[in-house]
Amino acid sequence: MWSIVHKMGSPPWFYGFANMLIRWLLPLVTVALLVGAIWGLLYAPPDFRQGNSYRIIFIHVPAAVVALAGYYIMAFAGLVSLVWKIKMADTAMRAVAPVGAALTFIALFTGSIWGKPTWGAWWVWDARITSMLILLFLYLGVIALFEAYENKAAAAKACAVLSLVGTVNIPIIYKSVDWWYSLHQPASIKFTGESAIDSSMLYPLLLNIGAFYGLFALVVLLNMRAELVANHRQSAWLLRALGE
Amino acid sequence: MQPDSFTYWRLQLARHLRSGLRRPGDIANPLVFFFMVVTLFPLGLGPDPKVLATLAPGIVWVVALLSSLTVSGRLFAADYEDGSLEQMILAPQSLAISATAEVLAHWLLSGVTLTVVSPIFATMLNLPGQAIPALMLSLLLGTLCLSLIGAIGAALTVGLRRGGLLLSLLTVPLTVPVLVFGTGAVGEAAKGYDPSAWLALMGALAAGGLVLAPFAIGAGLKISADS
Repeated sequence: MWSIVHKMGSPPWFYGFANMLIRWLLPLVTVALLVGAIWGLLYAPPDFRQGNSYRIIFIHVPAAVVALAGYYIMAFAGLVSLVWKIKMADTAMRAVAPVGAALTFIALFTGSIWGKPTWGAWWVWDARITSMLILLFLYLGVIALFEAYENKAAAAKACAVLSLVGTVNIPIIYKSVDWWYSLHQPASIKFTGESAIDSSMLYPLLLNIGAFYGLFALVVLLNMRAELVANHRQSAWLLRALGE
Repeated sequence: MQPDSFTYWRLQLARHLRSGLRRPGDIANPLVFFFMVVTLFPLGLGPDPKVLATLAPGIVWVVALLSSLTVSGRLFAADYEDGSLEQMILAPQSLAISATAEVLAHWLLSGVTLTVVSPIFATMLNLPGQAIPALMLSLLLGTLCLSLIGAIGAALTVGLRRGGLLLSLLTVPLTVPVLVFGTGAVGEAAKGYDPSAWLALMGALAAGGLVLAPFAIGAGLKISADS
């Protein structure tokens, strides 16, 4: 078990590992996204009240779920990097931030489109929307801090501290904004008890959430590999690996 | 002989308070800034007392937040430039202790003074008199939270050349609960309700921040000193 953790610290080993994962993930994610999109957009039944407009849920909810999870993944990578000083954790943090920010933006953007026919406005200052907007700001703060440091190792440490502070703060922000005002529908999927969503809509939604997690992992791995190549472009092991 | 942690903390606090009091301009300027920005609101929104009264809790709190963040940006700059920061890191006591002393000194000179003068601004904005105690108490606790959050951002950016705007980018999202609880308490009191639930939440935030933030500040200062 520990050997894999030790190996994570080694760029040559990780390069091979990332290549292997990308080879597997690429077809899997492509198929899952295609099936999820077709199932959700064509075969799932229209909603009783919202008609077809609800179908944006198959992009909106997966993007929002993965965007929020992404912040925690980034903070966890930061913790690993601070405590165990594993090099690849720095790279992972740096790779997650822009992907998470992009997903948060997608969630906000699709939510805005969905809000127009449903609530009659492009933007409402509702608790969950505002929390997502603040999540976007948190991501942008981490990205800006990364850019500001010239020393990359120090940048990674500073961002790790910032994202851990954010992790402590996110539940408080979420709760405070919730007390502030709420208009958004409550979460429809519950792990315990009955879901408020019918299984004919739930299954494609779950498939899409899985596909978005896969897409997230794939893009993060591609980002990490690109940074690895940029940092080690003169290393013998990389030239050997590319020469194969 | 090494002083114990508490003596060390007390000496640090006294040092920061003394150096702060010797630069009275640094204490007065944020208050003048606060005053000026409050003046902009009636100019922008019109002088109708009713409109101002409904907006007053939000205006006072947003301006307090902005002025607090502007001040905390330079919190560790002098220590970083004159080498005191290295001495604090080399000291046998935890960096979190000296960070707490520095933030507390900063809060006593900025947050507490702001709280003391806040009834003047509140009255000028036509905030009902019954909301003044809630305003002062929420500002007293809230500015402590803002100083702690601002200090985390200041610690992470003290070594950077263009830290100013970056600091706001890092800290503004983290200050959202402070703003929500603060305006909640003042708004509730202005309508004649009991604001104690909001004030209790603010107190919890301050207590939690006082325990956790010094470690983040210490870690940030170490990173900045190393880079």
